[in-house]
Amino acid sequence: MTAYLLRRGGQTLLTLLVMSILVFVGVYLVGNPVDVMISATATPQERAELIVRMGLDQPVWVQYWHFLKGALSGDLGNSFLYNRPALGLIFERMPATLELAFSALFLGLVFGIPLGVIAGLRPSKPESRGIMAFSILGFSLPTFWVGLMMILLFAVKLDILPASGRGETVNVLGVPLSIFTTDGLSHIFLPALNLALFKISLVIRLTRAGVSEALQSEYVRFARAKGVSEWRIVFLHVLKNTLIPLITVVGLELGALIAFAVVTETIFSWPGMGKLIIDAITTLDRPVILAYLMITVLMFTVINLIVDLTYTLVDPRVKIDGGSE
Amino acid sequence: MTTNMTSRSDYALELRGLETVFDGDKGAVAAVRNVNLAIKPGEIVGLVGESGSGKSVTGLSIMGLIDRPGRVSKGEILLNGEDLRKVSAKRLRSLRGDRMAMIFQDPMMTLNPVLRIDTQMIEAITAHDPRIDKTVARNRCRDALGMVGIPDPEERLYAYPHQFSGGMRQRVAIAIAMLNNPDLIIADEPTTALDVTIQAQIIAEMQKLCKERGTALIWITHDLTVVAELTQRVYVMYAGSVVEEGPLDDVLDNPLHPYTQGLIRSIPADNDPGSRLFQIPGMTPPIDRMPKGCRFHPRCPYVQLDCLNDIELTQTSAARSVRCAHPINQGEQVS
Amino acid sequence: MTDMTSNMNASGSSEDLAAQIAAANSFPPEPPARPIRSAIKRVLTDPLGLVGTVIVVVMLLAALFAHWIAPQNPYDLAVLDILDNRLPPGSESFSGMTYWLGTDDQGRDLYSAILYGLRTSIFVGIASAGIALVIGSVMGLISAYFGGRTDTLVMRLVDIQLSFPPILVALILLAILGQGVDKIIVALVVTQWAYYARTVRGAALVERGRTYVDAARCLALPSRMVTMNHILPNCLPPLIVVATMRVAYAVSLEATLSFLGIGLPVTEPSLGLLISNGNKYMLSGDWWISVFPGVALLLLIVGINLVGDRLRDVLNPKFKD
Repeated sequence: MTAYLLRRGGQTLLTLLVMSILVFVGVYLVGNPVDVMISATATPQERAELIVRMGLDQPVWVQYWHFLKGALSGDLGNSFLYNRPALGLIFERMPATLELAFSALFLGLVFGIPLGVIAGLRPSKPESRGIMAFSILGFSLPTFWVGLMMILLFAVKLDILPASGRGETVNVLGVPLSIFTTDGLSHIFLPALNLALFKISLVIRLTRAGVSEALQSEYVRFARAKGVSEWRIVFLHVLKNTLIPLITVVGLELGALIAFAVVTETIFSWPGMGKLIIDAITTLDRPVILAYLMITVLMFTVINLIVDLTYTLVDPRVKIDGGSE
Repeated sequence: MTTNMTSRSDYALELRGLETVFDGDKGAVAAVRNVNLAIKPGEIVGLVGESGSGKSVTGLSIMGLIDRPGRVSKGEILLNGEDLRKVSAKRLRSLRGDRMAMIFQDPMMTLNPVLRIDTQMIEAITAHDPRIDKTVARNRCRDALGMVGIPDPEERLYAYPHQFSGGMRQRVAIAIAMLNNPDLIIADEPTTALDVTIQAQIIAEMQKLCKERGTALIWITHDLTVVAELTQRVYVMYAGSVVEEGPLDDVLDNPLHPYTQGLIRSIPADNDPGSRLFQIPGMTPPIDRMPKGCRFHPRCPYVQLDCLNDIELTQTSAARSVRCAHPINQGEQVS
Repeated sequence: MTDMTSNMNASGSSEDLAAQIAAANSFPPEPPARPIRSAIKRVLTDPLGLVGTVIVVVMLLAALFAHWIAPQNPYDLAVLDILDNRLPPGSESFSGMTYWLGTDDQGRDLYSAILYGLRTSIFVGIASAGIALVIGSVMGLISAYFGGRTDTLVMRLVDIQLSFPPILVALILLAILGQGVDKIIVALVVTQWAYYARTVRGAALVERGRTYVDAARCLALPSRMVTMNHILPNCLPPLIVVATMRVAYAVSLEATLSFLGIGLPVTEPSLGLLISNGNKYMLSGDWWISVFPGVALLLLIVGINLVGDRLRDVLNPKFKD
């Protein structure tokens, strides 16, 4: 177990290192952030001073070395744009993004699993065809487009839900959250649904595939031969076999949700990390780009680890060393 | 456990003109056609044939476990005299696992991989007796495991299927089938996936248990040697129909149908090692491309022109029937 | 059916009898297996498949002949009249031309802009999916053919790649590479090659296990020939399905990135950028600037997906995506 965790930790560090080098050098090559930061009327002298102050006159590997030293002590540098610690900016925005991602995940499961079970149990019924048609749409429609249409419909035409912002928040353990106030809920509903749409489709498909596979399995046939009720077959035999593999996907999809929140946050002006990274990319705010990527990758790795550990708990066949008996 | 139906029949199970079809693009095709079969309490009969002969479909039809697009389209399935085609779905479910049970071919697939053995055993009891005391049910499961030769049954109840070997899993499946002391067990090639030594053990145990309890047993197999060890009577199926039936010894010593003869001749003989093994030429036709008349005629060494006419199963003696226009030892023979 | 002649000879019957029996047993021959041709046929006979195909073909033609069909060249600033800006659909310009889909904030005919935007979107989608297909297939074949360490290495790479959401990978790459059609194609290729590699490897492993490849090996054909001539054609059905779906995904991802302002530059507006341009006028009620390019994008993506979904059903490759 310890060896396993150590190995996973080592892999994560390696990934972070490689990625930081790539991004650091890459962004270095693209352009000079000074042009973005300084006003057009600045004298060449002011410009040169700024470059020295930011350390941009040094060779790239020296800059990277400084960055790495800082990173090890938890300092990923100051944002060029805000002149504040990049990590601080990220952490400030993180609760909003996580709240959005988890709400979307929740919606994905709450809608996706029952619909998938229905579609899997009676694949030829009209309601199942309807569900599958919906899931094709959910897969096909670009998130940003659906978000825009939601705003057009619910905020502009019907005027029943707000189109932007987090609304009223409540501090829970020092973290501001929207989901505990009615105003906050009305604000998070559209963005969460928007972000969830793709996941709902995905969960529908996976659940349906799992259910129909389990229904054709020998163990379901054997359970029927035992005289076990259809209700118990579906909710115990079939569902347990379907939901276990779903855990992996759902875990990995949480990462994707955090990444795709970029789009939803932009559309709904949700003040999360996504908005920050888009601004950082367009202004070449290297410290923020790096900090965002490092944090995201770190979150991914932690999520993956939690998923793997959960899997060993719920699937009797899987042991932590990866082999089964 | 007692039979909850007063027996209206001498037979534990009787099939009369069973037909099972599969609906496809080009209409329904019959996988099983006009099968008649009768088995007395405590009797063991073999249902023999190659894959595709309809023997498994027959077993599943009896249990009411044919999935769409298949369906039982004709005939009667009489379990203790009660026609299973006429009973409600609820009644059928209450009979399954209680009065009739089935064991499947691949023990690796029949147990649910994510549920503990005790869960999967106890549900077979509670499905038919929801108010039973949990401890009583558990004890019955433990005893059943012990009965089929699983060591430490108390402890093994807490195990998952993957912690058992294939042979042990099949024993668990047998224990589950026997839990409610059914009147009929259908065993669909239960030993095919197992080692020969384990196969022999399981066959011996099944034989003993059925004899002790008066359970009727239908053993479905493609392997005549298994039948020879186990059964009293045998039905030979080919391309969806029974082509020959009779007492085991008679059929083995004196097959009437060329197909049966072919099956017997393809058993490796102990006393003649190194000799070339006989094979029936060709293979079972797919169900949607059945030949006319006798369905075996394209593979039959004794084929005649009148084999193109349809032929019914005909009784040749008190205990024997054959579906052949030119049965061996009865008409002119060419071999 | 069975070859009966040998049996007949064994039984010593006349050839006449054999012929009669053979005649009675004759079935119409099975149609030759042509998976891809019959798949296309089955897609076209399915209503949804037909709708999808029609949409895709119309869109492709519209994009291909955009410069002939479009009433104006939306990027020739000389023909634009700023006085015509943000006209609702059906309005007429001063010069008498009808803007059937309205105009954008620069007085550009939206219908023309959509046709040109469609061209950019489809080009980016097909080019990126095509390059990713070639790279991915080669990697997949290498992986399947050599096995062992090569296989482990390639598949590890695929796993790592797939464990990151495509949009994140694209964000990183665009942050590094900057904007431009070539840049976004590179980013899309990087996010997609792994899907093809995995598909081809899976299909190739199945095919490699089949005996005819062994047979070809026994004939001492050079290994490259064995791979190409025997394995690749059999990987085609799953590959076609994956490629169709991936083109749709590439179009969608490109539109998303352009919408976010980090994809294509303003000089080469794709549908995503048109939508983004209209976004700021949405709340003030000028809905058409965003909605019409959006509908075009939607039709394109849904059309491709309908075709892909049907193809998957009829070709039925057992793959996970």
